[in-house]
Amino acid sequence: MGVVAIFVFSMLRLTAGDPAAIIAGDNATSQQVAEIRVRLGLERPIPQQFIIWLGNVLRGDFGESFFFKKKVAELILERVEPTLALSMSTMLLAVATAVPLGVIAAWKRGTWIDRGVMGISVLGFSVPVFVIGYALIYLFAIELAWLPVQGYQRLREGFGGFLERLVLPSLTLAVIYVALIARITRASVLEVLGADHVRTARAKGLAELPVLLRHVLRNAAVPIVTVIGLGVALLIGGVVVTESVYSIPGLGRLIVDAVLARDYPTVQAVVLLFSVVYVVINLLVDLTYTFLDPRIRY
Amino acid sequence: MSAVPNRSVLLGGAILAVVVAVGLLAPVLGTMDPARIDPVARNRRPGAERTVRSGAGAEAKLTYWMGTDSLGRDVYSRVVYGARVSLLVGVSVAVISVAFGLVVGILAGYLRWLDGIVMRIMDGLMAVPAILLAIALVSLSKAGIRTVIVAILIPEIPRGVRLVRSLVLSIREEPYVEAAQALGAPLPLLLARHVLPNTLAPLIVQATYVCASAILVEAILSFLGVGIPPETPTWGNIMAEGRALFRVFPHNILFPGIFLAVTVLAVNMLGDGLRDQLDPRVSRRL
Repeated sequence: MGVVAIFVFSMLRLTAGDPAAIIAGDNATSQQVAEIRVRLGLERPIPQQFIIWLGNVLRGDFGESFFFKKKVAELILERVEPTLALSMSTMLLAVATAVPLGVIAAWKRGTWIDRGVMGISVLGFSVPVFVIGYALIYLFAIELAWLPVQGYQRLREGFGGFLERLVLPSLTLAVIYVALIARITRASVLEVLGADHVRTARAKGLAELPVLLRHVLRNAAVPIVTVIGLGVALLIGGVVVTESVYSIPGLGRLIVDAVLARDYPTVQAVVLLFSVVYVVINLLVDLTYTFLDPRIRY
Repeated sequence: MSAVPNRSVLLGGAILAVVVAVGLLAPVLGTMDPARIDPVARNRRPGAERTVRSGAGAEAKLTYWMGTDSLGRDVYSRVVYGARVSLLVGVSVAVISVAFGLVVGILAGYLRWLDGIVMRIMDGLMAVPAILLAIALVSLSKAGIRTVIVAILIPEIPRGVRLVRSLVLSIREEPYVEAAQALGAPLPLLLARHVLPNTLAPLIVQATYVCASAILVEAILSFLGVGIPPETPTWGNIMAEGRALFRVFPHNILFPGIFLAVTVLAVNMLGDGLRDQLDPRVSRRL
C-alpha cells in the first residue's frame, strides 16, 4: 500500500501544470498564485508535502475537486451507491452461473457441453465489454423493449425501477467474469475429480451430486475463490466502461469525467479508493483459505 | 513440441494474418481518406451509394459499405485503417513488456539483493487495477498513440517480470546451471546461454495474451474518449463516435465491434494453441 500511496502522490506532482496556477485562473497575478501556493503548502519540501497529504488522506480528506468545485470526499460518497450495486449484483450473477458451468464442463469432460462452455469462455474474454453492452441494449431494450435503455435509479426511489435498470449492466459486466471463473472452476474440479478420495466416495455408492458438491467442489474451492478475488481488477475496469455505456452516475463514470477535465485530486482519490478495495478484497480472500482448507495456517 | 501446429494455432494465425494484411494494405482496399469529413453524406446506412463529381466533371460512384458516421466519414475506411492502430498498440506493448520482463526478471531472479526492491515495486503496481492505472496515466500527458502505448504498457510490466522471475528461480536450481557454474562460466554467459533460452517458450505465450489485452484496453480507452484522438481512426474511437446515435444507426458500433472481437479472439486462440503445444503439461490441466 505504501508504494501505491507514493505512486498516486507523485502522479500529482509530476503533472505538467502548476495546481496553484490552475486554481487561480487565467487573470491572476503572480502574487496571487504565490499566495495560493503558500495556502496549499506547495512551497514546502516534497517529502514534507507527502506526509501532510498522507495525513489528510488517512483522515478522509482528499482535497477539493478543481472541476466539480466540491470536496472530493463528498463527490465520492454521492457516487458510491450505483457502483456498489452494480458490482455486487454482477458478482452474485457471475458466481451463480460460472461455478455450476465450470463443474458441469469438468464433469462432462470432452463432450460437446465441455467444448461449448470453454468456447463461450474464450469468446467472453475476447469480446469487449462495451460491445456486449451495446448488443444487449440493442436486443433487449430497443428490439424487444423489455427493459429500459440506460440510466440508473437510486434504491430509495423504488426497488422495481432500481432492479430493472440494473439487469442489463450486470449481465454485461458478468460475461468476462463468468468466462474467467468458469475456466478456473473447470481446471480445478478436473484435478480433484482424479483424486483417490473421489473414487472412494463413488465406490461407497454415493450418488453423483453429493460427490460433486461435498467431495469435489469443496476441495476445488481455493483456486476458485482466489480467481474471484483477482477478478475484482477486471470487475473494476469493467465498471468504468459499463457505467459509461449505460450512463450510470457511479465512480467509474466519475473517473472518466475527471480525467477528461484534468481534475487530478478526483482522479487520485478514485484510483486510491479502488486500489484499497482491491487489496482489501484480496486480503479477505487470503483469509478465507483457512476456512476452506484447514491445512493452511498463517 | 510437434512439427505440425494444432488447429487453434492455424486458425488464430490465419485470421490474424488477414487482419495484418488488411492493416498494411489499407490504402489499396478501396478506401477513402478516413479523416475526410463530408457534411452531405452524414449518417448513411451501410451499402448507401453516392455519386461524386470531381473538378474535371468526371463522375465517380462511391459506396459506403459500412455507412458513414455523424460527420460523414466513411466507416469502412475508418475500420480498415483502425486495424493499424490496434495491431501497432498490441504488438508494441507485447514486445516491450516481454523484453522488459526478460531483463528485469532475469536479474531479479538471479541477484538476491535486487529481488526484494523490484518485487515490492511490482506488487505496488499490481495493486492498482490495470485499466484504472492506464486511465490515470493517460490523464497525465497529452493524448496520442505514444501516450496510450506507455499507459497500457506500465500495468502489464509486473506480469512479465513476475513470470520470468518465477521461471528463473526454478531454472537456477537445475543441474545444468550448477554444472555450468562449476565449470566457471561467468555470470553474463550463464544467464544468456543457459537461463534465457529456457524462459522463452512461456514468454511467447505470455506475449500473445498481453497483445490481446493491450488491443482491448486501447479500444476501451479510446471508446471512453481518453485514448487516441478521433483524427486517427481506431476501433475504439469509431465506436465512441457512434455512441450518441446508437439507437438509430447501430452500424457505427457494430462493424468495429466485430473486427475488434474477431481480432482479439484470434490472438487468444493463437496463445491457447501455442501454450498447448509448447508445454504439454499445462495443457493437460487447463
